[in-house]
Amino acid sequence: MAEMAKEKAYRIHLMVCAGTGCVSNNAFGIKAALEREVKKQGLENEVLIVTTGCNGFCERGPLLVVQPGSIFYQQLTEKDIPHLVEEHFLKGRPVKKLMYTPPKEKTPVPVLSDIDFFKKQVLIALRNRGLIDPEKIDEYIARDGYKAVAKALTEMAPEQVITEIANSGLRGRGGAGFPTGLKWQMVRNAPASNGSLKYLICNGDEGDPGAFMDRSILEADPHSVIEGMVIGARAVGASEGFVYVRNEYPLAIKRMNIAIEQARDYGLLGNNILGTGFDFDIKIVRGAGAFVCGEETALIASVEGRLGEPRTRPPYPAQSGLWEKPTLINNVETWANVPIIIDRGAKWYASIGTLTSKGTKVFSLVGKINNTGLVEVPMGIALREIIYDIGGGIPGGKEFKAVQTGGPSGGCIPKEQLDLPIDYESLTAAGSMMGSGGMVVMDEDTCMVDVARYFLTFTKDESCGKCTPCREGTKAMLDIITRITEGKGTEEDLTLLEDMAHAVKDSSLCGLGKTAPNPVLTTLRYFRNEYEAHIRDRKCPAHVCRQLNVYTIDENRCLTVGKGCDLCRRNCASDAIRGAKNEAHRIVQEKCIKCGVCYDVCNFGAVKVD
Amino acid sequence: MPKLTLDDLAKIREKTKRLTTIRVGGEYRAKVCVHMGTCGIAAGARTIMNALMKELEEREIHDVLLTNSGCAGLCSREPMATVEVAGQAPVKYVDLTEKKIKEIFEKHVLGGKIVQEYALGIGSEKTDY
Ligand SMILES: Cc1cc2nc3c(=O)[nH]c(=O)nc-3n(C[C@H](O)[C@H](O)[C@H](O)COP(=O)(O)O)c2cc1C
Ligand code: FES
Repeated sequence: MAEMAKEKAYRIHLMVCAGTGCVSNNAFGIKAALEREVKKQGLENEVLIVTTGCNGFCERGPLLVVQPGSIFYQQLTEKDIPHLVEEHFLKGRPVKKLMYTPPKEKTPVPVLSDIDFFKKQVLIALRNRGLIDPEKIDEYIARDGYKAVAKALTEMAPEQVITEIANSGLRGRGGAGFPTGLKWQMVRNAPASNGSLKYLICNGDEGDPGAFMDRSILEADPHSVIEGMVIGARAVGASEGFVYVRNEYPLAIKRMNIAIEQARDYGLLGNNILGTGFDFDIKIVRGAGAFVCGEETALIASVEGRLGEPRTRPPYPAQSGLWEKPTLINNVETWANVPIIIDRGAKWYASIGTLTSKGTKVFSLVGKINNTGLVEVPMGIALREIIYDIGGGIPGGKEFKAVQTGGPSGGCIPKEQLDLPIDYESLTAAGSMMGSGGMVVMDEDTCMVDVARYFLTFTKDESCGKCTPCREGTKAMLDIITRITEGKGTEEDLTLLEDMAHAVKDSSLCGLGKTAPNPVLTTLRYFRNEYEAHIRDRKCPAHVCRQLNVYTIDENRCLTVGKGCDLCRRNCASDAIRGAKNEAHRIVQEKCIKCGVCYDVCNFGAVKVD
Repeated sequence: MPKLTLDDLAKIREKTKRLTTIRVGGEYRAKVCVHMGTCGIAAGARTIMNALMKELEEREIHDVLLTNSGCAGLCSREPMATVEVAGQAPVKYVDLTEKKIKEIFEKHVLGGKIVQEYALGIGSEKTDY
């Protein structure tokens, strides 16, 4: 085995991002164009083209990073490629106009590590991002991959592995933040009934809308998850593992499949791993996509082929999980952290982060923010740094209003708390949670009552319906909030809403119901004035809830500036606008259905909303 | 029988690490930069580059960084290359041929001794990397 072929070296490596974001922006077209042009210029023996997983700065895709030197090219089109290949790779003149120029600045920043988006990031779970071809196991191995498994299998006793993970302070990245070492110990200690079977699961359901941390890891570095699982299996004494990936992630499934095959070929999965006598293998299970299937007991039911509904705990999966055997279930990102902890040691890992939250966390940064993308930051970093330094602030000179962390059942954190250090405890104290790492940024144009309505609609729809508090409670809360957004709310509604939110939180069966009220409770806590404006003044301060808007036309402006252009009247669906062409127009309030079309079409700012 | 032994794993790691050093910016013993403006290419800079690539490949050397840059402003003396051994001032070589660059590679890049007869002068503008 491992016959050494003659080494072929290249002087330039073109790292083409082939994450889902860039692929949907024609990354493979770019790659083909690069191949064509490199050949045309006779550079095929000098330039190597590599496809990598998600680089993180998806907003700017398709991306290309040129090594050596980490020259960062962005928003490429196939048209750009002939010039780029000739100028940079043949003649050695990097092409400025294809580089990244920060908003409001004029000079491009050529080198990746000098770009603000990347500067403050610390890559542990994403340590190989952009540096390897995820479909080549050798490249993973070159980045010290499978070194930890060798160590765990030959130099460490299982108990030592668990101690190392426990000492590192690693906590679950799937939502609850349960200490990973403790969970492993529970599974190891669990008496294996009939036979000695124990199972391992990797939770890659990732149901939060807008979240793509786990997808990225599976796509960019599947071997890091496999290696973590082999180490975990050895530590708890499991012989079979399952990677549960949602069906909507075809690229992740494909890369994971390739990685599993390669690991088997090398004998890093299967029987007698690395000649140590240890056996362990992994299968992929495709998830059906329901949000609740990410909950561990529902997920286990789904793997067993039953309806994906949660059940009460205890017993915890660690005691009785898959087919009633002790089962170790961890999130994708949790698994990806394991090898590097074993390789570099618990002490190193625990030196990063805060007292109670160690290491880093991957977030998907989306919403009203300049640099959307995937970021990995050390625990303890302030929200402000993520939003302003890495994220580049709010577009269009708008004011920041709030950030929703923790997914649809997380909470909204207001401006006053921007200096909050990110860790499990402080997010919980703020009424939100770490969750799996979604971060949705909202600006001044966002109505917080509407936001609560939006997330509640999601959780209500995704509630499996098994327990009453969650099924009925989310629906009842949604009815109240909808009423408020329509201007039909009463003062009592706020008390009722709050009481109901606490009741659902306290009495639901699973995490879905226990957390679904978070968006309601945090918006009530930090933005109560907005609820009150909807109820008392029948106004939506951000003018989002259209039922509360009053549209009027500034007749003077309409006539003098717009010359009575008549566009609004022609577009009005309910015949609510009066006035002939070249005359001032006027809205008949009784007929207005508040669709806002007149406001949107007026080119002269003559339609006012209040 | 295990498919891969610990030893095999280490070998794969060492080999692939060497081939991918340029991605992570390891330690280089030297940088060679071939000037590849239109003038340079017309004068045969590609031959020089190819000769260097061949040297690296045949000798399995991975700690010499091979780059190119635009016109050096001295078009009449192309093809040109700049050699920068770690910790020393860069040296510019002019009027290169395949034979000369092989000699320079052997004596200067690997041996650390400047080939005075082909050198234009010591000191140079910075290369891009
Ligand atoms: C409604 C709901 C959805 C969940 N979705 C996910 C998910 O998509 N991915 C995930 O890893 N964990 C999810 N979890 C958490 C899992 O139940 C479980 O705690 C986690 O997979 C354990 O791994 P960890 O300790 O590594 O975080 C969800 C929990 C709830 C209540
Ligand atoms: S997919 Fe290319 S940067 Fe995310």
